[in-house]
Amino acid sequence: MTQTKDQIALQLAEAGYIADEGLATALLLTGMLGRPLLLEGEAGVGKTEVAKALARLEDTELIRLQCYEGLDRSDAIYEWNYQRQLLAIKAREGSGADAESVEEAVFSEKYLLERPLLAAIRKETPPVLLIDEIDRADEEFEAFLLEILSDYQVSIPELGTVAAVSVPRVVLTSNGTRELSDALRRRCLYHYVDYPTPDREARILLNRVDGLDAKLALQIAELMGKLRKEDLVKVPGVAETIDWAAALLGLGVKNLAEGRELVFDTLSCVLKTREDSARVTRDVTDRLLGKVA
Amino acid sequence: MTALPLETREDIGAVLRLRLAGFVRSLRDSGFKVGLAETQDALVLLRSRLSGRPASLRTAYRSLFCGRLSDWQRFDEVFDAYWLGRGVKSGVKVSGSSRAKGMKTLRELVDARGQRQETIAGDVERQPGEEDEDTGETPSGRREGASIAENLGQVDFRHIQDPDALKKAHELAERLARSMRVRLTRRDRQKRKGPRLDLRRTIRHSIAHGGMPLELIHKGPRERQLRLVVLLDASGSMNNYTGVFTRFVHGILDNFREAEAFLFHTRLVHVSSALSERDAGRALDRMGLMAQGVGGGTKIGEALADFNRWHAARVLHSRTCVMILSDGYDTCPPDILGAEMARLRRRCRRIVWLNPMLGWEGYEPATAGMQAALPHVDLFAPAHNLDSLAALEPYLARL
Repeated sequence: MTQTKDQIALQLAEAGYIADEGLATALLLTGMLGRPLLLEGEAGVGKTEVAKALARLEDTELIRLQCYEGLDRSDAIYEWNYQRQLLAIKAREGSGADAESVEEAVFSEKYLLERPLLAAIRKETPPVLLIDEIDRADEEFEAFLLEILSDYQVSIPELGTVAAVSVPRVVLTSNGTRELSDALRRRCLYHYVDYPTPDREARILLNRVDGLDAKLALQIAELMGKLRKEDLVKVPGVAETIDWAAALLGLGVKNLAEGRELVFDTLSCVLKTREDSARVTRDVTDRLLGKVA
Repeated sequence: MTALPLETREDIGAVLRLRLAGFVRSLRDSGFKVGLAETQDALVLLRSRLSGRPASLRTAYRSLFCGRLSDWQRFDEVFDAYWLGRGVKSGVKVSGSSRAKGMKTLRELVDARGQRQETIAGDVERQPGEEDEDTGETPSGRREGASIAENLGQVDFRHIQDPDALKKAHELAERLARSMRVRLTRRDRQKRKGPRLDLRRTIRHSIAHGGMPLELIHKGPRERQLRLVVLLDASGSMNNYTGVFTRFVHGILDNFREAEAFLFHTRLVHVSSALSERDAGRALDRMGLMAQGVGGGTKIGEALADFNRWHAARVLHSRTCVMILSDGYDTCPPDILGAEMARLRRRCRRIVWLNPMLGWEGYEPATAGMQAALPHVDLFAPAHNLDSLAALEPYLARL
């Protein structure tokens, strides 16, 4: 491993993600120690983006497993293609083939449907495996996952054990809907992703919104920082900031202080509940703008 | 830490290994869950190029040893205390609060371009760590049990009046919890009719018919268990009941796989972890420590607001029943309680309010707080004795 964390931070920036030192170090360690990386943080702080940027950086495939309640082995690891198996059995009925050979044929690679986890460990070049919102999956599934993440192998009763061809870079994300098990946490490196500082958020804006002026980006980022400290039901994430910046840019705003009306009118880009819209009145907007602009 | 010997990169000395072991021990003492594998990886890191730069090693160890947000927030403190011999509490370190070395801030770049504008400067150049001063809370002010530091006198939960009644309450709570719990099935339930065909089982069943899939088997969504969130009022006016109720809540947490408990008086305290202790006595002890301030006034409205703001997103979902155990004496303006109850109502399946006063003869829930809360409550029931608790069982089992 010849990379340093600064190089990683730089490469990530080129791949479209502005990381801080801690995250760059954590990514460096996932390579060094071969451990998965668990990213926790509020929704909208850009956890998923980390994996996407990592895949771009490594120039490798991103395999994503979106977790949900009730996700099970057959959705995540593998499943047999039963329909084709049935057809194959029917087709061989008259051929006089013995049962054993039929069985062998039917339970072969050809009829195996790869799901994300199996696909990830069978790639020649190690992909980035994103296990998104692991806290949404059930505890039982977490246990399956633990098995795979520690040995990087999957046992399929009919075929035997499938060992990893290459060990994928694993990124797990969690919004904290459910408390994850200690076993899983211990298996992973941990990084808590918080809302970015104004400076970092402005960099993100510049990276993601073409044609945005650095000064305006800073103003927007600073206003977002203030806004997040207001008592909001749904605290806006980075994606909302990007939308808003694009909207302001599209409307020709050069300076937030000059475009007060437009700022207020476009707040719907970042405020996503009725209560929040009601709370951030014209006065509040002016107060926030006063601090910023 | 600054004196890390660089020449030992290949084989680090026994002294350093010992120091590292000591660090791991102090992490464990501070409640970090650190195993052998982490220690080994820490050694690997110590041997790597990272060891030449103490700051990098700290960042690396933070990722390695932390497992959750609370660890993340406390890591620097433990690290400094051990390696630098400082007892100082350092600021909360979160992602985004530091930047890669050598990178200029955007502000500096803008300034360098001569675009400095008096209006944008202002307070922005403050360091991220200082940002919190104006709100008076850490960036994620969600640390639970924040009242531990509040020294309002300790209350021993073991001073409970009638041990027999308590034992019964505990048993009853257990039975309640059991009847409410839906068995967790690992797979989808087999159904005669359903949206999806379960081909695996259909084929298996077809063996009996010579391979003809005569019986079609469907999968349906599996039934999910109910989650119970208990909010227990531990204010002075509830003094006579707190003892029994805490045992009751402990029984529920003991049996329910998905249950969370909070306790409130003038503030809200998350007590699930304390109550998850199997041993009831120990659990109550731990909770007693956590819940300093018990027996004071009640701010139900504010406690609920805290709950809605910091915990609701995590602990509530559409199958959650919120159980509030309180007499409804609130020192907050009633409209706060009403508004917070309305918010809570939107996020959960059902709200059950158990009021010990309701069992008293001639009691009317006339207090302003109670009046404000009632429209949002699905079940308003007495809970002054064991019988009244038992009477709840059939209702809760139906949820």
